[in-house]
Amino acid sequence: MVQDIISIRDLEKADIENALLTAADMERFAEKGTTMAQGKILSTLFFEPSTRTMMSFQSAMNRLGGKVIGFSDIKSISVQKGETLSDTVRMMEQYSDIIVIRHPLEGSARLAAEVADVPVINAGDGANQHPTQTLLDLYTIKKEFDTIDGLTIALMGDLKYGRTVHSLAYALSLYDVELVFVSPRELRMPHEVTEHLKEKKTPYREVVNLEDIPKVDLVYATRIQKERFADPNEYERTKDAYRIDKSSIRLLGDARIMHPLPRVSEIAPEIDKTPNALYFEQAGNGIPVRMALLSMLMGVNR
Amino acid sequence: MSKKKLKVSAIRNGTVIDHIRPGKAFSVVKILHLDETDETVTITSRVASKVSGTKDIVKIEDRELLTEEVSSIALISPEATVNIIKEYEVIDKRNVRLPDTIENILPCSNPVCITNHEPVVTVFRVERSRPIVLRCHYCERTMQEKDVVKVLG
Ligand SMILES: [Zn+2]
Repeated sequence: MVQDIISIRDLEKADIENALLTAADMERFAEKGTTMAQGKILSTLFFEPSTRTMMSFQSAMNRLGGKVIGFSDIKSISVQKGETLSDTVRMMEQYSDIIVIRHPLEGSARLAAEVADVPVINAGDGANQHPTQTLLDLYTIKKEFDTIDGLTIALMGDLKYGRTVHSLAYALSLYDVELVFVSPRELRMPHEVTEHLKEKKTPYREVVNLEDIPKVDLVYATRIQKERFADPNEYERTKDAYRIDKSSIRLLGDARIMHPLPRVSEIAPEIDKTPNALYFEQAGNGIPVRMALLSMLMGVNR
Repeated sequence: MSKKKLKVSAIRNGTVIDHIRPGKAFSVVKILHLDETDETVTITSRVASKVSGTKDIVKIEDRELLTEEVSSIALISPEATVNIIKEYEVIDKRNVRLPDTIENILPCSNPVCITNHEPVVTVFRVERSRPIVLRCHYCERTMQEKDVVKVLG
């Protein structure tokens, strides 16, 4: 059993499966709660704001019966006076049984885990890792299809800079899946990820257009950000080309649609009530998954 | 014997690092922190080499460098050899080989890596040695040979 959740790279398939099973077990407490974490305190150290992620952790800890302290941006604490991350972590661990950290610098969560004696969960370290997002993505897939093995999964949008899709591709390579990468040429999946897939013998193919997506079980759409484009017209064209709406959804058959949210225009609101839409459920799955991780790391889940 | 042979073994006791890539002797000194030692260090740059044009040589008197100590110079000069000298004789000769991890030698080339903003000892895992691929233990980014050369000179 791992002591911290810092990077999807640290996790073996058995760790992931164990977390997903525990998350399924947490569903029964997800509504009325439990007292298993009574007397425990979670510190949320958010050095950059991410309201959704923080609230999801707060909600999970509350459902477990524990309490939450912390800060949601650095202006409120002494960090701006030049205190090191290590010192902030050493101080906060005196106040709590587990730490969740989000920080703009890459590798910050790893450092925090090395400094702290209490367990640390990475809620995003810059463009590097956000492992609880990946775990809730896997959990959503497993819950919907009862299995991850045997699925064909398309990852669509900004595959070059998207941390979420890199981690997801990495995690999916532990399973028996086929991947389809759908992106404009400028935003293709990085070499490092495709090399890894080759090593793991995970079949993948790359297509440019939404129309070229073969029959898949799932489309994981991600945000296409304006700042990635030098030419604003190019951005507009790209954004429209990958938009899932009433007309393009026909090309995808009954494929389920996931998205890490918030969306901009990648998925039209008219899709929300179709059986394809899985993204709100996906966001909700953050609660049992984070309950599972918090309780496992604190050792209170039995 | 040739003049060069004399030059290489001209120290009585200590370590001679030979076959360093031309111009890299100063980087070797930096990596091994030889600029901070009390021993006499002699740097010879761009001398004729039987094997490959020119080479650099670094001699450290009265100190035997351990294999682990020198292995990291394989980062910039994988062909280098380490000769241990006793009473003017070479008593041991070793090639350098990259260790599995490189600690406290390289800064990370990623500007938004935490190690460039906080006092942290850098750690890299060697994923491949030829060509060199190192992965930062913290930010998980990789550094290639060209990145290593850029930060070590
Ligand atoms: Zn780094």
